[in-house]
Amino acid sequence: MAEIVLETAGLTMRFGGVVASDNVDFKLRAGELRCLIGPNGAGKSTFFKCITGLLTPTSGQVFMRGHETTGWSPHQVAALGVGIKTQVPNLMDGLDVFENIWMAARRFLPMQDAMRKASEVIERLALGPIARTELGRLAHGERQRVELGLVVAGDPWLVLLDEPAAGMSADDVERMSGIIREMTRTAAVVIVEHDMQFIRSIASTVTVFHQGAVLMEDHVDRVMADPTVRNVYLGKKA
Amino acid sequence: MASFWAKEVPATIIIAALLVWIMPMMIGTYTLTVLVIYGMLGFSLGLIWGFGGILCFGQAAFFGLGAYTYAIAAINIGDSTIPMLLAVLVPAAFAALLGAMMFYGRLTDVYLGVITLVVTLILFKFISSTAGPEYVIGKARLGGFNGIPGFQTLNVPGRPNDYIYGDPYFYFCAVLLLIVYLLVSWLLKSSFGRVAVGIRENEVRVALMGYDVSARKTVLFSVGAAVAGLAGALFANWGEIVTPNLFSLGQSAEIIIWCIVGGLGTRIGPIVGAAGLAYLKFLLGQQSMIDNTLLTGIILVLFVLFLPKGLVPAIVSLWRISFGQRRRVPRHGARRLRSRSAGHG
Repeated sequence: MAEIVLETAGLTMRFGGVVASDNVDFKLRAGELRCLIGPNGAGKSTFFKCITGLLTPTSGQVFMRGHETTGWSPHQVAALGVGIKTQVPNLMDGLDVFENIWMAARRFLPMQDAMRKASEVIERLALGPIARTELGRLAHGERQRVELGLVVAGDPWLVLLDEPAAGMSADDVERMSGIIREMTRTAAVVIVEHDMQFIRSIASTVTVFHQGAVLMEDHVDRVMADPTVRNVYLGKKA
Repeated sequence: MASFWAKEVPATIIIAALLVWIMPMMIGTYTLTVLVIYGMLGFSLGLIWGFGGILCFGQAAFFGLGAYTYAIAAINIGDSTIPMLLAVLVPAAFAALLGAMMFYGRLTDVYLGVITLVVTLILFKFISSTAGPEYVIGKARLGGFNGIPGFQTLNVPGRPNDYIYGDPYFYFCAVLLLIVYLLVSWLLKSSFGRVAVGIRENEVRVALMGYDVSARKTVLFSVGAAVAGLAGALFANWGEIVTPNLFSLGQSAEIIIWCIVGGLGTRIGPIVGAAGLAYLKFLLGQQSMIDNTLLTGIILVLFVLFLPKGLVPAIVSLWRISFGQRRRVPRHGARRLRSRSAGHG
């Protein structure tokens, strides 16, 4: 079996009296593609933020390739070689596409190599025609694609994406799943997502969150056929 | 980077040389010197605010610190060379400490403004209250509100009796401003500078790429303070006295106004804004009809309302509209069309 690249042990996050993440044990192996699903408020995003360092968990631990990363700040996590895309698009709006992607590549490469890498990523994601356009002037789908480009440019071995398909058109979603499939060749990928269509299209193992805890973990088809999951999604008592 | 050394550096040097040659024919070098010094001070805030997104309400603190460091060191040492270096290093070190505290504490913009403002106030109050004979550093008495007069002014290194003053001092300041300008331009073209601009645009994103945002902001803040400190030392030499007014809030506010009026996010804007407004203030100081600060305020309001990007960006876009575009219309138009169709296709 492949090496475990991401693991959490008893990860718990409390906001006052609310338990947003409840004792989550999670394992991800190299090359795996995993989707985290669950109704609103199930604790997916909180869990995501605890892994990426945007939040520090109340208790429990996070391990990445043998490093304990609990309480690390996002830049330390990212510097390990983890590519992160947040739920709200985070881009440098005043700079053009090339500069955005170059900067992501420059973190891990010398100047000239970063330039080459940026051009390569731009070609791969078909961003050529807008390479010199400021991010602030781009459409939502293009911005999402550029943000994936930023993630790819760092050559990550672990990719964490929070709702990459949110608000995108069907064409854009299709292109996005192509990019993500390509990523899994070199990296383990975790995706937080609502869109079941999208999850089916990338056909992966799914972890279902409910009230902060892991409800079940299985292939997407079996998960969707499960009566408990259906009840959770429809809001009935499980 | 190649075009920077091949084109920008020579062009900057030629323009600077022309200005240094022409300006003294119109304005006395004594006044010009202080305009150059203010230009450098404006430039220091233009760097950290315009390119790093750090709005510092206390740039005057570093300016004053540089001036006082120079004065105190010059009295104790007697030769101006080491005091000049100290006047750069002490504010830089102070800013590194202050910056580390603020940026590692993840303070947001508003608190950053408040803290830098308060630090300036504390320095102002402290220096003003040092009139007693117990406030002595080496041979230098801090002198409270009266400040420190009578220190060794700039001399040829190693020859304390060969003073540099008058016209040569103006050329000295102008050359220093040019050197600082070129160094900062180089810094902004480097990866460090480009990432700094990235931080200005979106701090979270740059952190998620794996860059240590706090460390980088601290370094940039410190570089800005070093430039302000150098300006302070030059000011001390020009005025031959340092007083607590260097730390005053009015001074800090003025630097911010220079940047807004000149054009934030450009290198030349804050220099032009500083020199221009300082010269205006100098002219107004010769009459008593209109109050100085009132006019500065009116200018600020007018700029914020009608030229919010500042003077230099406005001139640049005016230039492009009237001259630049005629040549570039076909290519420019085609590119825009292409990107538009890609955007909505």
